[in-house]
Amino acid sequence: MGSVSAPEEMALGFGGLVGDLTEVYESGRTRDLEWRLSQLRGLVRLLEEKEEDIFDVLREDLGKHRGESFRDEVGVLKKSVVDKLQNLKNWAAPEKATQAHTPLVAFPATALVVPEPLGVVLIFSCWNLPLGLALEPLSGALAAGNAVVVKPSELAPSTSAFLAANLPKYLDAKAVKVVEGGAEVGEKLMEHRWDKVLFTGSSRVGSLIMTKAAKHLTPVALELGSKCPCIVDWLDSNRDSQSTLKRFFTKPEYMARILNEKHFKRLSDLLADKRVAASVVHGGHFNPKTLSVEPTLLLNPPLDSDIMTEEIFGPLLPIITVKKIEDSIRFLKSKPKPLAIYAFTRNEKLKSRIIEETSSGSVTFNDAIVQYGLDSIPFGGVGHSGFGQYHGKYSFDMFSHKKAVLKRSFLIEFMFRYPPWDDSKIGMLRRVYRFDYISLFFALIGLRR
Amino acid sequence: MAEETVRELRASFAAGRTRPAEWRAAQLKALVRMIEEKEADITAALHDDLAKPQMESYLHEISLAKSSCKFALNGLKNWMKPEKVPAAITTFPSSAQIVPEPLGVVLIISAWNYPFLLSIDPVIGAIAAGNAVVLKPSEIAPATSSLFAKLLPEYVDNTCIKVVEGGVSETTALLEQRWDKIFYTGSGTVGRIVLAAAAKYLTPVALELGGKCPVIVDSNVDLHVAVKRIAVGKWGCNNGQACISPDYIITTKSFAPELVKITISIMTNEFLAQSQKLNFQYLIHEINLWQLDSLKRVLERFYGKDPLESADLSRIVNSKHFQRLTELIEEKKVAEKIVYGGQTDEKRLKIAPTILMDVPQDTALMTGEIFGPILPIVTVISSRLPNAQLTNPYLPFGGVGDSGMGCYHGKFSFDCFSHKKGVLIRGFGGEATARYPPYTPEKQKILRGLINGSFFALILALLGFPREKR
Repeated sequence: MGSVSAPEEMALGFGGLVGDLTEVYESGRTRDLEWRLSQLRGLVRLLEEKEEDIFDVLREDLGKHRGESFRDEVGVLKKSVVDKLQNLKNWAAPEKATQAHTPLVAFPATALVVPEPLGVVLIFSCWNLPLGLALEPLSGALAAGNAVVVKPSELAPSTSAFLAANLPKYLDAKAVKVVEGGAEVGEKLMEHRWDKVLFTGSSRVGSLIMTKAAKHLTPVALELGSKCPCIVDWLDSNRDSQSTLKRFFTKPEYMARILNEKHFKRLSDLLADKRVAASVVHGGHFNPKTLSVEPTLLLNPPLDSDIMTEEIFGPLLPIITVKKIEDSIRFLKSKPKPLAIYAFTRNEKLKSRIIEETSSGSVTFNDAIVQYGLDSIPFGGVGHSGFGQYHGKYSFDMFSHKKAVLKRSFLIEFMFRYPPWDDSKIGMLRRVYRFDYISLFFALIGLRR
Repeated sequence: MAEETVRELRASFAAGRTRPAEWRAAQLKALVRMIEEKEADITAALHDDLAKPQMESYLHEISLAKSSCKFALNGLKNWMKPEKVPAAITTFPSSAQIVPEPLGVVLIISAWNYPFLLSIDPVIGAIAAGNAVVLKPSEIAPATSSLFAKLLPEYVDNTCIKVVEGGVSETTALLEQRWDKIFYTGSGTVGRIVLAAAAKYLTPVALELGGKCPVIVDSNVDLHVAVKRIAVGKWGCNNGQACISPDYIITTKSFAPELVKITISIMTNEFLAQSQKLNFQYLIHEINLWQLDSLKRVLERFYGKDPLESADLSRIVNSKHFQRLTELIEEKKVAEKIVYGGQTDEKRLKIAPTILMDVPQDTALMTGEIFGPILPIVTVISSRLPNAQLTNPYLPFGGVGDSGMGCYHGKFSFDCFSHKKGVLIRGFGGEATARYPPYTPEKQKILRGLINGSFFALILALLGFPREKR
């Protein structure tokens, strides 16, 4: 079956799981284009038929409203998988590399770049977008022709159980497996060699994963956290932020709750610092019973406080003021590279400066988050926020190897390639590498040295 | 010392020195000049380190390095340009682009077998992409290493491009620093060490490692041509010490003996020595020989009857590797399978081209990467088979699995050292209230439509449906 009993497999160290998947992969089953298309169609059916169940589990795990779940997880995923279905044939086709630059010694030749699957890959997903962060990379890995293991986050247990129960029903259970469990399971899985591992989560765990991967030369992609800054150049005085917040979140059910007590405590501790508490200008109410935290605005909390050094990952929004808006660029450059930089401005010069002078996974002007749903730009970090990109065709590429293939015919041999070496042969080669064929011709018939 | 180096480079990078296209082009032009002006010094260093024949130095290192530099110079402006991509209907109106940016300060650790090319090539990519660079050449090719240390500061901006020489301890010190990318060429063993060190800082890594590159020889091929190409690939490229050298051959049992005969002949044929005078006659010769060649013949033609005396044969890099290689063929099960060659000269560190037939699979020779002038032929009963690879800047060069991760050459080098930043630009029009809470059923319907790409839904959304009280 698709879902593995964690205690049994764990006792065996997952060797059986990896062995089985390797066998399936080597049989060639997952490389077939029809198979890949059928898996993607299976994902679409899963998202359509089980939509209500998905809304239920996301509400159980995170208190997400179905509107948010559709907008950010189900809807985006479906669009993305349909996009892959439409484009897969093109992506998987060998691409001709330009002929113009093949030097004569290798003429005639056909040069191709052939995408091929990596083999058996492992995807660790995170609890905050528990469906999206598992299924988007899964769709890329399947499109690329791999066999896959998904390890959902144990901190979103309903979604994890949902995936374990349903992926085997809608996909090829022999080639796609779900392994549930916590950190020990993750560690045991990493004892093995994988053809690629994608990890979404914290830097601390990312570093552990990469260290384990090093032993087997397993290539890794890391989607890590960061403090994503938002530069605001102006505010429309007709709509102030407080009324907007009130309008959005009048009914508490429109806001997801905090994941669990550990994170609730982490967030309330951020306000334990008296200086930080004093900077609160709106909200600040914490309800430990319902694990809900009011949308909270802070004005200029101290830069050395935890709230300004660690990733917040919660509904607290500090506002830092600068003298002129351009100072924000220097501020950003002194911080680790984030996953996204947002800037609200009409100033074209500022936009250019932000693009050129700062570094981040991505930049979005005059909006936030929406770049996540775009299939045409790569999604991923840089520096502290990680490496490796996906979404759209990038998901396909992430789990592919672009194999270079050079085909030569047996016609036409140039003897100056071969020993014994002498100066005249070197002379001919020099001409060849300069693409100077007239001179070469004369040299060949003995009229030039 | 390593710490200071990195600090200085970070300051240069932060100051923006490496970003302008003019700076990058100036560095690349300087490298081209360096290769042209110092060709003799480079060839001499390669001969010191590897007894590399001048022809091989030119063919496989110098000319390739120069053309790689020129290719980058030509492509630079285009590669640096942001790429416009389609934005989605859900963010209408908006524009999206992918902007390449440098990673920052990168470390390039190169190998000893092509010590010039494998250092310069990634450095070219790193500079083209706008990074500051530390190059750590291999200490096993010391003449080339000190040549870099001497020459690079004379030609390029050494506040941004530095050479650090040294062995294990210097490399370890470098790996303890934080880099924005590490590019390593070499063995799997050290590759693991590099990857583990990078894991501490979550540094992305590219590894160009070895592997046993097989050559499948089918029987319905033009044998003489195939054999020459295999022979020059194996013994004409650093005498088998290249990551892409053919490691061993697989062919059918019935075909193998002829393959060997011709190979030996090519290696010792004396015709050629006589016909050097007129190139045209030389060419005609080629046409005649086409009917007779195979591995042995090819080898005799390339290197004469006594290959250890041939100036066209490179030596083994050092005594450690010489020891390793001789041990591979001294093993009894292996030695009895030698069909050609096997001569060694410990003083000059030379090993003659050696062909073996059907060495048992459980020997050291057949399991590890050979990296030397020893060519085992594995015969199979029947076959059905395909092809192999070289340097075209439009093809990505890199391994997969145990042969590494990441690729380079041409624009792929630029990409290797770049971050492709997604940029989404929206205007303030086109507010789709359907996005925002409260998530009423009407909004959900419109959002569904928008996400499914429905034009009608877009119109509705743009017209501000559903209407909301302010």
